[in-house]
Amino acid sequence: MIYFNAFIFSGIVCLIGQIILDNTKLMPGHITSLFVVIGAALDTFAIYDFFVEKFGAGAMVCITSFGHLLIHGALAKAHADGILGLFTGMFSLTAAGITATIIFAFIFTLIFKAKD
Amino acid sequence: MEKEKYKKLTEKFSPKENKVKNMVVAFIIGGLIGLLGQILITIYSSFDGISINEAGSLMMVTIIFLSCLFTALGFFDNWVSKAGAGLFVPISGFAHATTSSALEYKKEGLVFGIGSNIFKLSGSVILYGVVSAYIFGIIRFLFFGG
Repeated sequence: MIYFNAFIFSGIVCLIGQIILDNTKLMPGHITSLFVVIGAALDTFAIYDFFVEKFGAGAMVCITSFGHLLIHGALAKAHADGILGLFTGMFSLTAAGITATIIFAFIFTLIFKAKD
Repeated sequence: MEKEKYKKLTEKFSPKENKVKNMVVAFIIGGLIGLLGQILITIYSSFDGISINEAGSLMMVTIIFLSCLFTALGFFDNWVSKAGAGLFVPISGFAHATTSSALEYKKEGLVFGIGSNIFKLSGSVILYGVVSAYIFGIIRFLFFGG
């Protein structure tokens, strides 16, 4: 069942992105930025936690989960250490994703050439 | 004959039909990535000593690895233009944007080429993610007690 839920949730998020892309002048960059902000906003009221629990990887692979993880790490740290935690904890949960992106992008850029 | 061909062509590229087709493709491709992620989590968490949270991180790293590799090999651009939001809304889009801008500016050197431009496309995601998370974080911390 969780497989079906994951499929439906990430499918619907991508569908919303496609509808915005086709019917407005927004570019993919605008849409991903917008979705990150929406993810952070949803997590402010703990709605996104519910999505992750219910839809598993479907909610985790979408870019909205990036915003969710940013604010989640910051708040967890702020809860323990006070307001400074908003600075120290911001990247604590997204570190894997950002580091992996930088490392793999850099290595593959060194190895491969741009195709034109 | 020529007219029929033309009619077929315009029908094929008429915007309304394309929109519906784009939506279906985006839904299916995006859904498949979610499904792939869930399968990877199940596989990883079945190994000894890997918790469900670690399996989630490993799943993200795997998807990022694959999208970076496919982008560098040159065929992911084609997929993204076909699948639209199905590929750029999931985390694969972030990895794709990063790798493709790094590749594009590779010829300008290691520092002012790759170094300065690697986040040219995906930097806005990080910027607005951090800014909005900070603002929402302060709101929640001050008004809802964290």
